Amino acid sequence: MERTTLDLWVGIFVVGGIAALVMLAMKVGNLGTYNVSETYQVNAYFSNIGGLKPKASIKSAGVLVGRVTEITLDTERYEAKVVMSLDKRYQFPKDTFANILTSGLLGEQYIGLMPGGDSEMLKNGEQIKKTQSAVVLEDLIGKFIYNKTEEPVK
Amino acid sequence: MPAAKTFKVIGHRTINAVWRIGMAARFFFLTLMYSGSSFRRFHLTVKELFSTGVMSLIIIIVAGLFVGMVLGLQGYETLKRYGSESALGSMVALSLVRELGPVVAALLFASRAGSAMTAEIGLMKATEQISAMEMMAVNPIARIVAPRFWAGVISMPLLAAMFSAVGVFGGYLVGVVQIGVDEGSFWSQMQAAVDFRDDILNGVMKSFVFGTAVTVIALFEGYDAPPTAEGVSGATTRTVVTSSLVILMLDFVLTAIMFRGN
Repeated sequence: MERTTLDLWVGIFVVGGIAALVMLAMKVGNLGTYNVSETYQVNAYFSNIGGLKPKASIKSAGVLVGRVTEITLDTERYEAKVVMSLDKRYQFPKDTFANILTSGLLGEQYIGLMPGGDSEMLKNGEQIKKTQSAVVLEDLIGKFIYNKTEEPVK
Repeated sequence: MPAAKTFKVIGHRTINAVWRIGMAARFFFLTLMYSGSSFRRFHLTVKELFSTGVMSLIIIIVAGLFVGMVLGLQGYETLKRYGSESALGSMVALSLVRELGPVVAALLFASRAGSAMTAEIGLMKATEQISAMEMMAVNPIARIVAPRFWAGVISMPLLAAMFSAVGVFGGYLVGVVQIGVDEGSFWSQMQAAVDFRDDILNGVMKSFVFGTAVTVIALFEGYDAPPTAEGVSGATTRTVVTSSLVILMLDFVLTAIMFRGN
């Protein structure tokens, strides 16, 4: 085969391979949907995080506004410290409420932010004071059974 | 003494196996050492890229499409039981990008391009072309082996990426177009589940390792083949068998390192 046709085909092959990689990154992966450049960090303490994991999404009114970056146990309070990075475009009041929620009955856990009415906004490195822990399914079932046995037998 | 004979056989086999592994490692280092010319005279590598990469395109694309379509069908059947058909996209994409893309593409590559490499080099040796090159003071490893090696190493990740991309498209065809899973949740759940660094880059790294392993095995088997018709055919068979087993074993090791479930 002539050298120019050879070069042409190899060029098509390499460009096709790289295009497939880019398509995987943008369309299949999360590179196209979430830009990490413009964020600010906020932390919050939870008494129980349930199944929350790093990189879990943070939503407000159902819209993705950030990701969980770090989860550690604070040994002074024996509570979980969750560091979140939020998109710079979205500012939240100081008295924002952070809940750990579950998408669907058995789905992934995420943090839901409910904005309060404070006029001051959360800044980088500040802490969300009002939090609500994850609902652990076993505890719920335990409470339910306990309540049932308390009822007088008719 | 039958016992002594058994020990002799075991010892002989072990020494042989270790000797061959050592030879293959030495061969690999020699290839790396003499691979300068395959970049200085890049057209040698381009020619091999054509015969290993471009010629494998059709089998990779067709296989990827069908693997993706089967994943779409089977995944739907299973996920339907739990009422989570919308997770079909993430299931198809994760299994392709993490496992099936690199592994199946490497297996196809081993049987399509690896066997051809072994047969070509084995036949060159049988017809004394390699000895003729040495007589002309041309280093056969620099001239024949190294360009093939780099062509294999470059084309394997590209082929695996194409396999995964076409497979995702096949899953989309069956899942969304034919069965009717919601298109928005198909793509959004996929994008939420697949991470660029943890999933896609790890898959690319896997296919890079597989490409290196397959080409080294294929080239060594060809270079080491007895210069007879029988020897070349045996070497070609060994290439396919050994590289398939090595791919599957390496895949387990790499998966254990990359995805430790954190």
